[in-house]
Amino acid sequence: MSSLFAASSADVPFPILSALVVTPFLGALLMLVLPNGRPEYFKQVAFLVSGAVAGMTAWVMVEFDKHTADEFQFVDSAEWIAGLGISWTLGLDGISLWLVVLTAALFPLAILAIEAEHTPKAYYAWLLVLEAGVMGVFLALDLFAFFVFFEIVLVPMYFLIGQWGHGARAYAATKFFVYTMFGSAFMLVGILATAFLTAAETGNAVSFDLVYLAEEQALATTTARWIFLSFAVAFAVKVPLFPMHTWLPDAHTNAPTAGSVILAGVMLKLGTYGFLRFGIYLFPEASVYFAPGLVALGTIGIIYGAIAATMQKDLKRLVAYSSVAHLGFIVIGTFALNTEGISGGLLQMVNHGISTGALFLLVGWIYDRRHTRLIAELGGLQKPAPVFAAVFMVVMLSSIGLPGLNGFVGEFLALLGAFAAHRWWAIVAATGVIIAALYLLWAYQRVFHGPAEGDNAEMKDLTWSEGAIMVPFLAAIFVMGLYPAPVLERMEPAVDALIEHIEGNVADFDEADADQGEDLDVDDLKGLGKKKDSKATDESASAEGGAG
Amino acid sequence: MIAQLDATVARPEIAWDGLLPILTLGVGALLLVLFRSLMKQLPKAAADQAVPVIGGLTVIAMWVVGGFAGTDVPLAGLRDDLGDPLFFFGLLIMVGLVGWFAQYLRLSVDAALTVMIGLTSLAAIWGVWTDRYEVDGAFGLVGDQLGADGFSLVITGVIAGAIVLVALLLDDYLEREGMAGAEMYVLMLFSGAGGAVMASANDLIVLFLALETLSIAVYVMAAMHMRRSESQEAGLKYFVLGAFSSAFLLYGIALTYGAVGSTNLIVIADFLEQNRLVEDGLLMAGMAMLLVGLGFKVAAAPFHAWTPDVYQGAPTPVVAFMASAVKAAGFAALVRVFVTTFADHADDWQPAVYGLAILTLVVGSFMAIVQRDAKRMLAYSSISHAGFILVGVQAASDEGISSVLFYAVAYTFLVIGSFGVLSIVSGEGDRGTSLDHLDGLSTRRPALALALTVFLLAQAGVPLTSGFVAKFAVIGAAVEARSYWLAVAAMVTAVVSAFLYLRIILSMYLGQAEDDAPTIRVPRAAGLAIIVALVITVGFGLVPGELDDITRDAVPVLIAAG
Repeated sequence: MSSLFAASSADVPFPILSALVVTPFLGALLMLVLPNGRPEYFKQVAFLVSGAVAGMTAWVMVEFDKHTADEFQFVDSAEWIAGLGISWTLGLDGISLWLVVLTAALFPLAILAIEAEHTPKAYYAWLLVLEAGVMGVFLALDLFAFFVFFEIVLVPMYFLIGQWGHGARAYAATKFFVYTMFGSAFMLVGILATAFLTAAETGNAVSFDLVYLAEEQALATTTARWIFLSFAVAFAVKVPLFPMHTWLPDAHTNAPTAGSVILAGVMLKLGTYGFLRFGIYLFPEASVYFAPGLVALGTIGIIYGAIAATMQKDLKRLVAYSSVAHLGFIVIGTFALNTEGISGGLLQMVNHGISTGALFLLVGWIYDRRHTRLIAELGGLQKPAPVFAAVFMVVMLSSIGLPGLNGFVGEFLALLGAFAAHRWWAIVAATGVIIAALYLLWAYQRVFHGPAEGDNAEMKDLTWSEGAIMVPFLAAIFVMGLYPAPVLERMEPAVDALIEHIEGNVADFDEADADQGEDLDVDDLKGLGKKKDSKATDESASAEGGAG
Repeated sequence: MIAQLDATVARPEIAWDGLLPILTLGVGALLLVLFRSLMKQLPKAAADQAVPVIGGLTVIAMWVVGGFAGTDVPLAGLRDDLGDPLFFFGLLIMVGLVGWFAQYLRLSVDAALTVMIGLTSLAAIWGVWTDRYEVDGAFGLVGDQLGADGFSLVITGVIAGAIVLVALLLDDYLEREGMAGAEMYVLMLFSGAGGAVMASANDLIVLFLALETLSIAVYVMAAMHMRRSESQEAGLKYFVLGAFSSAFLLYGIALTYGAVGSTNLIVIADFLEQNRLVEDGLLMAGMAMLLVGLGFKVAAAPFHAWTPDVYQGAPTPVVAFMASAVKAAGFAALVRVFVTTFADHADDWQPAVYGLAILTLVVGSFMAIVQRDAKRMLAYSSISHAGFILVGVQAASDEGISSVLFYAVAYTFLVIGSFGVLSIVSGEGDRGTSLDHLDGLSTRRPALALALTVFLLAQAGVPLTSGFVAKFAVIGAAVEARSYWLAVAAMVTAVVSAFLYLRIILSMYLGQAEDDAPTIRVPRAAGLAIIVALVITVGFGLVPGELDDITRDAVPVLIAAG
């Protein structure tokens, strides 16, 4: 492996992004050689390794230059398979930054929060492999590397669900693996077609470099549309978009708690992130062409997921279906293809990771205490466990999208963008917000209110250590709800660059901009700023023209 | 009359140094027979000391043969090496270490000798590759009948590597089944020599003879387990259907000869390049028959029917050999005859291979799902892998050939590893090959379970394993040849196959072992074979660049000696 990193680019003294990917992987290998005699070490080692990754990510977050958030930073590149033009290229921009931060934060918390039920060695090793894979997906700037990581995450998750899950875990694990692999099967052909056809069109050597392929835009329109579809299948399964979502409730319900947290928290974002980074960036024209269809599917997912969640008897399954709905918001925001929509979608990716991750943790703790997740068997938990109930309430409200909490900002921006681009779909989607309030509040009422009987009356309240784990979640929920600007200002340059990329490559693309609305003062101001910018570039362009 | 014969049958030019990889295998087999018959006369004490000596000799044989291969003035090189004291002592230390290691592995004399022959052949290939092929390019070996090019060298390397690993697996297996003896190893070496000739053949007749050498030895190997009726059945089935396919092949050769006027691939390729046949019915029929005959050997559907029964019945290490070396040789012939020789008629055979590939992929992956026996499952999965390799053949391009080679190399180690684990798990009499016997393997033998998991995931095409890169290369070749739907079909059937591998993995990790399940003993030699296969599988998955470069260099060339 060392030869891979020997040739990292000169301006980065330490390949920090490679370290983010490789550290958890090495941690997993270390886990394998640890002696079996002291099982308590496994959790500590896993926490230390993921903590080290979180520390490095924190450094990256601080060092990240927000003024050039539209460029890939910390880029780290080395040849991998020279004959095929495949390289190990990692990079970070405003789009991937927060997803990397989310990943780095969620893993140590998930490792800390849940005790492995059995065979801790393999359990924590798989979790670390999973972290390496997810990090790789968010950082990869080479189509081959991206695919490798996109696929490799299936294996640890498969084993986590299969070995440490509950109920029909074998069924759920196999379904998860085969469904996702089915999607990626098309993407692999799409990736190869992109690389080889670009090479054939341009006459250059074959390359799988994302930036090169995206800037080249060498493919014919129809070809690009077909290839986009092949990518879209893979991402749609991963998101999951209706009607490819059926693996998700099974996987979530039967997964161990940490598996659910990671699955909902970061793995579902692999799909939506893939749409942004590889779908829209590589195939702007096809994205514009297929956007209405994907917005329609997203909207159907919102309504379908919300209605299905309302009907669930199992608390975990309810949260799982709510994920289908939430991911729908992300998709409609993304394929609104305007600054508000994409930023909202991106923000919602992070928010959903925080709130749904926390919800799954809380549901997992309820299960640990009561050994049931059936809503009918729970009730009145507020009396024996008031702190638990309060925390659950806050997290749930953030999931509903209550103003002042994080869920609101993302959902609002996504709907705003979607409204400007696809008005009627956005109106339908907005009803999903109402249904979300309905099913979550109703579930809360049935679980926490009313008289506590039997075992419910004896439920233990949140312990100090559990409370300590919830603190980062709650802090993120409030901070991002009240003051999302630091997050947004690092995202927006990258999002704007993506939209400019679409404008530059799609002849008749017209950003359906929400700025045109007259009742939004803040956004008007932002719009002014944008106009000033464009004027400035006009001037400089004309100055150059004059000089020439 | 006699004078006339003398005039026409000129002594062919022979490049002995280039022949060393093949000769090592063939002559090695003969020496093994000889040695065994002499061994009987030796006292028992001497026989016990033989293994470390063989281990030490292996190092020297590799050095000497590797030095001779590919060079015109070999002795000079060897003398230079010896003159360097560092090298000399290094060699001595290696001799000691390997001798000790051979003793540690508790190899039998026969297995040790077979490993020695295999490794020596590999060293010879290394010598030919670096000293001759990389310098001068492809060259003829025996007149216009045999040639050495990168392609044949890689395939010979695959076969030699398979021989080494399968010998390690066989060692304990034969002991366990009460079949100890040199016969199996001798047959395997002969078969390997046949395969190596097949990969280098520049003449259809030579190809046929090599194929028969390869096949007949394997028929016997399949039927070798005397106390298992399934083994007998497998041998007979393999023999009858194999003979049947040989007939097709021979008829195809005859028809091609009728159409073109020669059985020599160099002549055929030249002829077809310069002439366009007005009536090409004969040639078409010949190509079809050749495709059928070789299709049997590589187990392409619809000529696959023998595979499940033979794989299930034959001794497990033999299956590992059949699925790796025999298949690789079959594909070598397929590539040389169709992609290289009939290059100008690619439009004619490509659709046929396209159809075969799709059918093979579908049959292999879907039929595998309904099986209950792990060996049978892997038999069907080997059919679907053949389908993948056919996808690379279908591309009819250099890209395709290099992907075929990559796949063949990767698959060889995957399949030997998989069957190696099965061979250890199945216990005496190969009885425990049903899926139930793998239940709870993760608790009984976690390392074995992990190894089999890696092999199966690699077969499914999960990244960071050689299996993924192989699939990537093959699909890449298909996409480059604009066969998009074939590529999509192949990937979708790979998903279907993944379901099968997951079933095996699930039973290892989630199944409960019966309380009276026999303990599994992992013999050292077989363990080593599995570790080697594992390292190669993961190594080529992480850093595939080197192998990729080699397979890119290894394009088959039709060339005569002199």
